[in-house]
Amino acid sequence: MSFKATPRESGAVTVIDVSGRITLGEGSSMLREMLRDLLNKGQKRIILNLADVNYIDSSGIGELVSGYTTVKNQGGELKLLHLTKRVHDLLQITRLFTVFDVQSDERAAIASFG
Amino acid sequence: MTVPTQRIEVTLETLLDSVELAEEICLRIAGAAGFDEDDCMKIGMSVRESVINAFQYGNGQQREKKIHVTFELLPAKLEITVRDQGPGFNLEDVPDPLAEENLLKTSGRGIFLMRSFMDEFAVRPSRQGGAEVVMAKRYPGSRTADPGSRSTQDKEEPS
Repeated sequence: MSFKATPRESGAVTVIDVSGRITLGEGSSMLREMLRDLLNKGQKRIILNLADVNYIDSSGIGELVSGYTTVKNQGGELKLLHLTKRVHDLLQITRLFTVFDVQSDERAAIASFG
Repeated sequence: MTVPTQRIEVTLETLLDSVELAEEICLRIAGAAGFDEDDCMKIGMSVRESVINAFQYGNGQQREKKIHVTFELLPAKLEITVRDQGPGFNLEDVPDPLAEENLLKTSGRGIFLMRSFMDEFAVRPSRQGGAEVVMAKRYPGSRTADPGSRSTQDKEEPS
C-alpha cells in the first residue's frame, strides 16, 4: 500500500491519518512537507495516527524523530496514535518508545495536550 | 537428506528503485524458504537497510556503481551478502543509536536493525573493493535443532 497522509482538524489539534509505508523516498519526504506546512500555519498540536501504517524503515523512523524535534523546537507537541504491532516493536527496540508520547485513544490523545 | 545449496545473485544499479527491488526479491526467497511472515519482514527489512546503505553511503548515489546482492540457501540458514563499490567502513566506527546522545538522531539505525533482526551479521572489506555485509537467518526448524539439518518445512524449493 502506498503512502498517504490526510490531515483533519479536531479543535486546536491536527490529526494526520497516515497509511501505507513510511520509507526512504516518497513516504518520508511527504510527511516532512506536511508537518512543515502545518507548522507554518501555526498548527503546533499534532497527532500522527499510524493505525494504518504497516511498515516503516530506518528512514521512516528518522522522519518521525525529525518531525518530533521540529515540532518541539517550535514550541509544539507531536504525539503518536494507534501504533501497529510492527511499528510499536520498532520503536521499542530503538528505545524511541520512551521518547514519543504514544497514545492508544484519540479522545485521550487530544485531551492530553497541555 | 542433504539439500543442495542454492545461490541467487542479483546486480543492481545504484538507484532508489533498487532498494524496493532487492527487498521484493528477498521476501520471495525468504517466503519460499519457509520463513513465517514476521521473519520475512525482518529479513526483508535487513536487506532493504543494507541496500539503502550501499546506495547512499557506499556508492554515494552514483548510478554507474553497482550493488551486488547474493542469496544463498545453505543447509541451515539463508545467508545474504550485500556488496557495494564504495570506500568501505568499520563497524566499530558506527555510533550506537541506543546511546542517550544519539536517540534523537534522524539516521544511523540501519545497522542496528540488521543486527537485531538477523542471527548473524558481519561487515568485511570485499576482495573486489567496497564493503561486504554478510548476514544470515537460520531456518525456523534449525534454531534449536541440529544446525546442519533442515526441517521438512525448510526443504521447499524457492519458486
